[in-house]
Amino acid sequence: MLRFILRRLALTIPTFIALMFVTFVAIRMVPGDPVEVRVGERGISAERLEMFRRELGLDQPVWKQFADYVWQLAHGDFGSSIATNQKVLTEFAALFPATIELSVAGMLFAVLLGIPAGTIAAARRGSVYDQTLMGLSVTGYSMPIFWWGLLLIMFVAERWGLTPVSGRIDLIKYYFEPVTGFMVIDAWLSGQAGAVKDALHHLVLPAIVLGTIPLAVIARMTRSAMLEVLGEDYVRTARAKGVPVWRVIGVHALRNALIPVVTIIGLQVGALMAGAVLTETIFSWPGVGKWLIESIARRDYPALQGGVMLISSVVIGVNLLVDLTYGFINPRIRHG
Amino acid sequence: MADIVVQDIPAAIPQDVSPLRAFWDAFKENRGAVAGLFVVLLIVLIAILADVIAPYGPNEQFRDAVRVAPMWTDGGSSRFILGTDGIGRDMLSRLMHGARISLFIGTAVMGVSFIIGVLLGLACVSLGNTVDVLVTRLMDLIMAVPSLVLAILVVAVLGPSLTNTIVAVTIVYLPRYVRLVRASALTELGKDYVTAARVAGVGPWRLMFTTVLPNCLSPLIVQAALGVSDAILEAAALGFLGLGAQPPTAEWGTMLADAREFIRSDPWLVTLPGIAILITVVSINLAGDGLRDALDPKMRRS
Repeated sequence: MLRFILRRLALTIPTFIALMFVTFVAIRMVPGDPVEVRVGERGISAERLEMFRRELGLDQPVWKQFADYVWQLAHGDFGSSIATNQKVLTEFAALFPATIELSVAGMLFAVLLGIPAGTIAAARRGSVYDQTLMGLSVTGYSMPIFWWGLLLIMFVAERWGLTPVSGRIDLIKYYFEPVTGFMVIDAWLSGQAGAVKDALHHLVLPAIVLGTIPLAVIARMTRSAMLEVLGEDYVRTARAKGVPVWRVIGVHALRNALIPVVTIIGLQVGALMAGAVLTETIFSWPGVGKWLIESIARRDYPALQGGVMLISSVVIGVNLLVDLTYGFINPRIRHG
Repeated sequence: MADIVVQDIPAAIPQDVSPLRAFWDAFKENRGAVAGLFVVLLIVLIAILADVIAPYGPNEQFRDAVRVAPMWTDGGSSRFILGTDGIGRDMLSRLMHGARISLFIGTAVMGVSFIIGVLLGLACVSLGNTVDVLVTRLMDLIMAVPSLVLAILVVAVLGPSLTNTIVAVTIVYLPRYVRLVRASALTELGKDYVTAARVAGVGPWRLMFTTVLPNCLSPLIVQAALGVSDAILEAAALGFLGLGAQPPTAEWGTMLADAREFIRSDPWLVTLPGIAILITVVSINLAGDGLRDALDPKMRRS
């Protein structure tokens, strides 16, 4: 097991080095001098310009700049935002809980609906229900979620007034200091009447939007995994023994069908981050996705660079964790 | 006994069916796929004929008819069947021209990543370990960065435009092709017919491109078909974020972004481009699924 963990860890190192290299090169390819961007159009004296260059390390040779960049990253320094002058890591850490909260909610929506839907479709293979569900699954999988979000805002929030349009909580009615950064938990900790309900109300639409594509993928995956398992001998044995149908499907078959489904869920993390960029932009959800888009609009390249680094690191980390868990559960992977 | 068996053989050989015919027979079993293909062809036709069948030019403005509702609603007129947008451009014409742009992006991304994917994938298996490790690591890296985030980074570096959208989306989807080609070429290389070709003295180029490649094509074609819809979605998302095709280009994602401010007053401006994207992507995916089932029964989703 230790060897497996070490080997898997070693595999991520080249990926990280390449990631650092790519973000480093990418930012240097951006048209325009970073110093001039910072100085603005008024211009400054040649001495001041030289000072800025030295401050940013731009007077050094390129290989030295890259080495410095790696050194900084190794010390947890992801640079400072030009716009706010704050450390990128600080800004990211402050916004990331909002993205996690949204992602967890979206994933819960997808799993809680997708697994039962896929299971029932497999149990009633070929029925109208099955065909409808598979049609919906293709639609969900093909959904332009930025449009889906606008559509839900238009109908659910604007026309029917069931949920708020944007944000995480009604800031006029409720105010409390962030403790965990997760609005629902903070609202609960604050003890204010109705705060939790309000936070949940704000969470519903973004979670549905973010969860739509994973829902379609999970439903489809569950269905095909279930169909495979339902043809196995042990399912026939269970049936022959007289185990009730719901128990055969819900316990004997589903448990075994869940292995590939769980893997798929783990691999959705990257897709969730990509979806979060769009979802957060539509719902003005103050997470890292919206922040990333805003940094581009502000030409805040250090923030963009650090943000891409951090988001990718999270995805690499989670994928690693999924792999390790999978190896832990299934010894065949470990020794593969 | 032996005689009977020998006599039976001719009857057991099926009639000679052309591969195309066999493919179509398998494809048409899936009604969804046929419907999808039909809609795709319709959209392709609209895209090709956009200049002829669109009632107006995509950027033609009618100052007297700003934000006219679609024909069938109150305040609509038959002059503009699907209404007009915020600065008085005909929605129907813009949507038709948008089909051209989206399909162009989709096929361009697919074509470029197909070619580069084949070259890199075959390079992996034929040019030795160093190339293999380098390319595979690079592809792993691309896959580690969330698709849209990577596309955003590329566009931020190169600047937003239609061409750069294609570049960005191609980079994002390249690993799928490379990995697919690499994996299937590796499987094929272990087979006897490849050894036979080698023994017969076939050179490395010929071995790769004429012996191995044709046998890797089935999964690649399926990936290419489904890749078109993914590329269209991704490009529309970039357009929506203001990082894709720039106004006044009639790109569906960009149109949606423009329409956002009218979400309260004129919902159809938001609804129509999204429907166009959804219909296009769904029908390509349906046709792609059918293609997969027909080309490779082993991959058939049960």
